[in-house]
Amino acid sequence: MSAAAPAAPAPARPAILSGRPASPGFAAGPLVVQAERAHGRRRAGTPAEERAALTAALATAAADLATLAEEASGDAADILEFQIALIEDDALSGPALEAIAGGTAAERAWADAIGVLVSDYEATEDDYFRARAADLRDLSERVASALAGEAQAALSLPEGAVLFAADLAPSRFLSADWSGRGIALSAGSATSHVAMLARARGVPMVTGLGALGGASVLFGTHALLDGEAGTLTLSPDAAATAAFAARRRAAEAAAVHAAAAATGAAVTADGVAIAVHINVADPAELDRLDPAICDGIGLVRTELLFHARDGLPDEAEQTAVYRRILAWADGRPVTIRTLDAGGDKPIPGYTLDGEQNPFLGLRGVRLSLARPEVFAVQLRALLAAATDGDLKVMIPMVSVPAEMARVRAAVAEAAAALSARGAVFRVPPIGMMVEVPAAALALDAFDTDFVSIGSNDLTQYTLAAGRDEPSVAALADTAEPAVLRLIAMTVAAADARGIPVSLCGDAGGDPRLVPLLLAAGLRSLSMAPSAVGRVKQTVAGLSLSTAARG
Amino acid sequence: MTDGAPVNGSVLLTHEVGLHARPSVKLTKLAKGFSSKIELAAAEGGPWIDAKSIVKVMAAKAPKHTVLHFRAEGPDAEEAVAALIDLVASDFPEQPSESVAR
Repeated sequence: MSAAAPAAPAPARPAILSGRPASPGFAAGPLVVQAERAHGRRRAGTPAEERAALTAALATAAADLATLAEEASGDAADILEFQIALIEDDALSGPALEAIAGGTAAERAWADAIGVLVSDYEATEDDYFRARAADLRDLSERVASALAGEAQAALSLPEGAVLFAADLAPSRFLSADWSGRGIALSAGSATSHVAMLARARGVPMVTGLGALGGASVLFGTHALLDGEAGTLTLSPDAAATAAFAARRRAAEAAAVHAAAAATGAAVTADGVAIAVHINVADPAELDRLDPAICDGIGLVRTELLFHARDGLPDEAEQTAVYRRILAWADGRPVTIRTLDAGGDKPIPGYTLDGEQNPFLGLRGVRLSLARPEVFAVQLRALLAAATDGDLKVMIPMVSVPAEMARVRAAVAEAAAALSARGAVFRVPPIGMMVEVPAAALALDAFDTDFVSIGSNDLTQYTLAAGRDEPSVAALADTAEPAVLRLIAMTVAAADARGIPVSLCGDAGGDPRLVPLLLAAGLRSLSMAPSAVGRVKQTVAGLSLSTAARG
Repeated sequence: MTDGAPVNGSVLLTHEVGLHARPSVKLTKLAKGFSSKIELAAAEGGPWIDAKSIVKVMAAKAPKHTVLHFRAEGPDAEEAVAALIDLVASDFPEQPSESVAR
């Protein structure tokens, strides 16, 4: 866990630092340590000189950002455009230049001017504004290093290099060529802008590694970065190097084999067939997928539909999207989940703002029942589309039986409305998600046609550990016995009633957890399309007759 | 050409996240293309802020459904107000200078 810190200049012993995986992949090569800047090394001059120095630094920073922006696109370009607009704004540089006229050194004047804005952004209630504070700090650093006369140039890293830094600004990330290289951060977060960029570009990244452990770690120390395990190994010995190479080869081979295995059937070594479904967030994803990889769609999230530019989607628009998904499935079952907004999935104009604890607030079916006019539109669209294929409708975040009773009444109303206008429709099976422990504990009391376990929420609610909270992330593990018992109870209760049961959380696509889920009695799983191949391989290697039940 | 008299206009902000970074960048960029003095307010009585300053426009933190008021004074004041209203009304399209058919 901690970095061994041998006395310099003795040859370093291997040291392994553990952090959190933020972007998968492997890198092996020299460690490049990004030093903390020593501020104020430049000798301050007359106000006129200071003014010239800051003006020149702002121009340098603006030119560098413009160069970066030319090569960027999408989110990256937007982040840079915003920084460029800021740096060109007299409202930002004006107060700094005034302070300089009053005798303040350029560094201090700049740091104070942007510091006022940073604290203003950080103090707001709005998450969006708070996140922009990081962009301001990025800009602040860029101008400060231009002032210090530092090589403002793009990060240039040797082949295979692992960059070690406290955190990494998005513009610094975008200035480097990362192919074959990796990022190790002592602080940082897996949900930051830079982590998002690293995952999108396939750059391995580990965050939360802690300090390097002494000044003895030299620039160029050989380093192994494992973005799957979340570790950084320094000065590895032969054994550590061999183990790393084996893990890397295995991951690469697994990716190749998984791609090949994806279209096969999922059958255990002792001949038990497992139904493998996919989770779909955006119907556009389906265009790139072969329906043959799955037995159906176990979860269609409808939240994205509701993020359209022009407010909530109307009935015709929704019906068209549902029909398109059913056409892709070509007769395979398709489970569409009604709008699951709230919690970590706010929808402007629909979800409540400013809830003290959104995960325990008005979300999922609670919100649908509180906004019956929006729910009715979605139900009518689903009932109309249901004539096109094997559609099932799934209700999220159900915690008490009364909610399912109200859902049934809303479905009956939607059917009556369609009937009254002479429309063709079918009432599909209506099932519930089990993601609140209350639903798992009393499943027999609910009126439901099928059950799908939402393992992400079931895990966080059972263990009282928020899944977006890094400090308790290790607690939120579906492999914990309490969670596995709730899953086994749910499967047993569904089996006893003769209704289908499946699981559609992240656990269903995790090869570490799949054996435990099958041992708990599940025979149907739904997962991200990219996980299908490796899950089928995992299933093929299991023998259920010998697996212990959870 | 209306040199002298200020030109006023207002428009409903429908952008989902309000006047945040991306729309603010577009708005200030467009405003800077005009030589007139252009101001913006999130309420009829002000406070009026410089529509060419990203720092000030972002600081207004105007949410969705705010009525944005513009006033401009200078040689191209009329065109400036019309263009800004068009930008907000068309929900900040990718090419702000053209009226994009959507």
